[in-house]
Amino acid sequence: MEFSEHIKTANVEDVELRQPLHPPSRGTLCITGHHLLFSDREEGSSRQVLLLLRNIDAIEKSVENLLGYTSFFSHAGHSERTSGSSGTITIKCKDLRVLQLDIPGMEQCLNIAHSIETLSCLDNVSEMYPFFYRPTDLNPQSHRGLSAMETYYGQTKELHERWRLSSVNRAYSVCPSYPPAVIVPNSTDDDVLKRVAKFRQGGRFPVLCYYHRKNGMVIMRSSQPLTGANRKRCKEDELLLQAVIDGSDKGYIIDTRSSQQVQQARITGGGFESKSFYDRWKRLHRQMEKGKALQESLIKLVEACSDESHNMDRWLSKLENSKWLSHVQTALSTAGLLAECVERDGHSALVHGSEGTDCSLLISTLAQLIMDPCCRTLEGFLGLLEREWVEAGHPFQQRCAHSAYSHARLQQESPVFLLLLDCVWQLWRQFPLALGFSEALLLRLATEVYASDYGTFLCNSDQERSALGVKENTYCLFRALLRPTERDIYLNPLYEPTELAIWPSVHPQSLQLWKGFFLRWTQQTRHLEEVQEEIRNMVIEWGKLALS
Amino acid sequence: MEHIRTPKVEKVRLLDRSSGQRKVSIGTLYLSATHTIFVENNPETRKETWVLHSMVSSVERPPTTPAGSQLILRCKDFRVFQILIPQERDCLDVHASLVRLSRPEKYSELYCLSFNPNANKEERQESWSFIDLMADYKRMGVPNNLWVSTAANSEYRVCDTYPSELFVPRSATPATIVGSSRFRSRGRFPALSYFHQDTLAAVCRCSQPLSGFSGRCQEDEVMLQAVMKSNPGSDFIYVVDTRPKLNAMANRAAGKGYENEDHYTNIKLQFIGIENIHVMRSSQQKIIDVGEMRSPSMTDFLWGLENSGWLKHIKAILDAGVFITRAVADEGVSVLVHCSDGWDRTAQACSVASILLDPFYRTIKGLTVLIERDWVSFGHKFSHRYSHLDGDPKEVSPVIDQFLECVWQLSEQFPCAFEFNERFLIAIHTHVYSCQYGTFLGNCQKERRDMRLRERSHSVWPQLWKDRAEFTNPLYKAELSQSQGILRPNTTPYCFKMWKGLYNHVEKSTPPRQSPADFLSAVREESQQLEEELTNHQEKIAALTGKPITWENIEVPRRTRHLRYRHSGPDPPTFADPITSPAHENTRTLSSEPANRKAQTQDPSHSPPVGLQLDPEDLSACSDLESGVADLSSRSSSGGDDSKDPDLE
Repeated sequence: MEFSEHIKTANVEDVELRQPLHPPSRGTLCITGHHLLFSDREEGSSRQVLLLLRNIDAIEKSVENLLGYTSFFSHAGHSERTSGSSGTITIKCKDLRVLQLDIPGMEQCLNIAHSIETLSCLDNVSEMYPFFYRPTDLNPQSHRGLSAMETYYGQTKELHERWRLSSVNRAYSVCPSYPPAVIVPNSTDDDVLKRVAKFRQGGRFPVLCYYHRKNGMVIMRSSQPLTGANRKRCKEDELLLQAVIDGSDKGYIIDTRSSQQVQQARITGGGFESKSFYDRWKRLHRQMEKGKALQESLIKLVEACSDESHNMDRWLSKLENSKWLSHVQTALSTAGLLAECVERDGHSALVHGSEGTDCSLLISTLAQLIMDPCCRTLEGFLGLLEREWVEAGHPFQQRCAHSAYSHARLQQESPVFLLLLDCVWQLWRQFPLALGFSEALLLRLATEVYASDYGTFLCNSDQERSALGVKENTYCLFRALLRPTERDIYLNPLYEPTELAIWPSVHPQSLQLWKGFFLRWTQQTRHLEEVQEEIRNMVIEWGKLALS
Repeated sequence: MEHIRTPKVEKVRLLDRSSGQRKVSIGTLYLSATHTIFVENNPETRKETWVLHSMVSSVERPPTTPAGSQLILRCKDFRVFQILIPQERDCLDVHASLVRLSRPEKYSELYCLSFNPNANKEERQESWSFIDLMADYKRMGVPNNLWVSTAANSEYRVCDTYPSELFVPRSATPATIVGSSRFRSRGRFPALSYFHQDTLAAVCRCSQPLSGFSGRCQEDEVMLQAVMKSNPGSDFIYVVDTRPKLNAMANRAAGKGYENEDHYTNIKLQFIGIENIHVMRSSQQKIIDVGEMRSPSMTDFLWGLENSGWLKHIKAILDAGVFITRAVADEGVSVLVHCSDGWDRTAQACSVASILLDPFYRTIKGLTVLIERDWVSFGHKFSHRYSHLDGDPKEVSPVIDQFLECVWQLSEQFPCAFEFNERFLIAIHTHVYSCQYGTFLGNCQKERRDMRLRERSHSVWPQLWKDRAEFTNPLYKAELSQSQGILRPNTTPYCFKMWKGLYNHVEKSTPPRQSPADFLSAVREESQQLEEELTNHQEKIAALTGKPITWENIEVPRRTRHLRYRHSGPDPPTFADPITSPAHENTRTLSSEPANRKAQTQDPSHSPPVGLQLDPEDLSACSDLESGVADLSSRSSSGGDDSKDPDLE
């Protein structure tokens, strides 16, 4: 397909752009296959706005046909029909920015709007921008490198005695959403894994995702067992879990659904690990919202943040009604529970909901941040995301197709990853010295996950990415973030490594709206950015002094 | 001492509910003339808890239990103590004593007047000269050819709740002043609060006019005209009535009300809608209740917050300040502010406006001057509002609490704009209620003079100034753009949040959060030291070699830090909290602090988590998210058993 098919008007002169935190400016608008480019034509300034079309969540257009007044404009001598008309396009981005373009000429305006509408939601992954992006200072991802899971296994020597790296899924035949390499108990052979996979939804059999060095306990994750209405059982599944807690008296299963939901799941073929067949495992239920409910929560919150009525009661009730902060509270407290099981109670734990691709990843990631100092550095955190989200098969493409402004009918969208970033921000705020990365990193990730130059968040699974050659043909965001030119922005100047677990407070008063993200385009956030800048300067100054 | 029936009770159990403590400590309770003191039996810690009688807002006696009789002490700084006394008779005695002691009938019973004032005579005298209001007027350029000092109120002849020294428009004659004061509630005629040199516009304050439906007063009209004329740049003034319009109208029926725009030429009337002291009193009670909720869900919490209306009121006060600021700074128009009596809402609106208009008031010294001017000297009724003496409960209202909170909300929005930190605001709050110093005693300047407070007590400000290192915001930089000039806050509702530091002691003492501010203070301190050392070395080297050296070009690798700072991680709660005990310790520990912390660290009170005890098959228990939440936060409070004590390293 040629992008030019969709571009009837590529350039428009004399467009006025209005964007938050800047005065309006006039210049040339240009549409390409992947970008919207605006260049300022003011004397002495050469400001440019380059916007990935993919970042556009919704556009609204209003055209004004001023034909009745053409006589005033006739001296302009252009096409009679459109010379006096104009249109305004409002662009609402997935990073919550809202831009307005005043475009002279109704036809041009409609053409531009049409191009944006079409090009911003291309479905074909291999036509997306990451496949065209060619930064000069990066090498393409080496497809020969180790996967994050293999790296983790390699780094965690303590694992090797009881755990092995299995390549049962090397052709993605056992579980299409898992990576080729997974960590499983030594005593469980690949045939057993294949049978267990048949008993777990989507083939997501229990795999290790975290080894707690302090006590040798582990976190496993999987999808729900397919017990169904007849309480089917699977000997191999029971053995596998038994092997996990070998030598210990019990383990915990944290199910991210309520016990009622779990019962209902049996009707549709799902289910839970029954006490009678998994007698050493203790199930704990924590109902976590996901899917559509979470997407709607985000939509409501963003709507509340743009309410300009100045009515305190209305704001508080909208904030409450969005439930977003409740979701943050639940996620952090469930993660805290998981970390308690492992760190304080000293037992291994298995986490799953139904598919095991959303909430399970959310809380296993948060629990690791709480317990493990290694994943609190910039590199450690990015590695954790690579392992627990990208490789673990979070369906980014489905979940992040649209954000809060979209008018499109909701399909598989759900801001689970955004919820993760919000929770990590809450941790960062409560423990400003314990995390090695800055808020800027979280904000960057929140943008990149919806629209990116890089291939990292493309597709829904490792299998899809490998089929499309994502690794060979696109660049890796995480590596880009670690470039010397960039990493300084993403380091926390106050970072002070601590070996201790960081237990978040989940009291409502301790949780706050993530202003940096949800109110990113307001003046208020500017002041807070200034503060970060000031802190950075102070610490640098001090470093200089200390050295001299 | 005559009110103390039982000075000492043994085997008392104390639970500091507000600090989120779950374990009861056993010890001995002492009643002194000024404090309730609890000393823990535990020989290792012997922790002492001191509660000043004047800080106690209520003493409740719930029904007796088999274990003994209970008392619940609620303090004005929102701490709550639960006391269990084995013998009912002792409990009754303690209750009766505390009820009496916490409600003194005479000023002389108060702490600041209960000891020999001449012990540090010089220090005392000096303490009162710490703040010089006239110097501040001079700083803003007054007197000048627009505003002059008037002797009209010397000896408090015209208005007994005003200060004796006041500034009025140059053209206002004594007759105008006296005439105007007769037409104003309590005689509080228009006087200068703040003069803005950049635009020559002024903020003035007064009380409501006694206009009723049709009354008018020529002198008052002349007075307002004089205020306008004292600003050469504008041809009208704003009259800001900080009350809701409905309230102002209702006052007309009582012969009071607001200015009739037909009678006064060149005024623009603006109503702001700050509610009265009774609404504020009950609103604060509601937000205290929100702060005390044990383990609320997010929904409970946000509902409670909305239902209290508190943030709405804070926003209204800030909006009043913003309106005045815009008028004075942007339009260059003078503003006359009043409410009913002109000592509550007017004080709030004027002082918030000063904070926004003038960076000086955002410094430690400046804030003290501002409070001394707009609150203390202009007759804010401290003793009535903060119930220093047993009196009419309807007079009590958290008026200055709201001002302090406005400042806090601003400091959250502009973290680099204020020289002081949250602790400073909380310390002021504590002192307003505690009566440890004479500064806030009485209801107006005249009363304080008649009581001879300056001879009998000390002023609080030098004490706070002495501790200023504790109260300094490390992020404050006078050169920064947000520290300079006019502060233009955003008052969209999402900019407001509950002031956790003031209302929620549970959260304050649960896992002491890492504080970047403390860290940065340490950084700043060390930087200064290093800089000094560096200068020394440079001088030495220069002396030796005759050549100055520079260090700017040296490459700086990241080095690991070995700074001592207050909280490095989830460590146990600290008890000697400097916020609540700036001057006279409310809480003291006998043993040295690190040892005490260590004792806390080893606290083995780890119950298995509630969440883990749940039977997963049990539906009702499983849906109980809160127990998990409560559990988690409480467990954090018990401190990690593996936590290191940063002070010991």
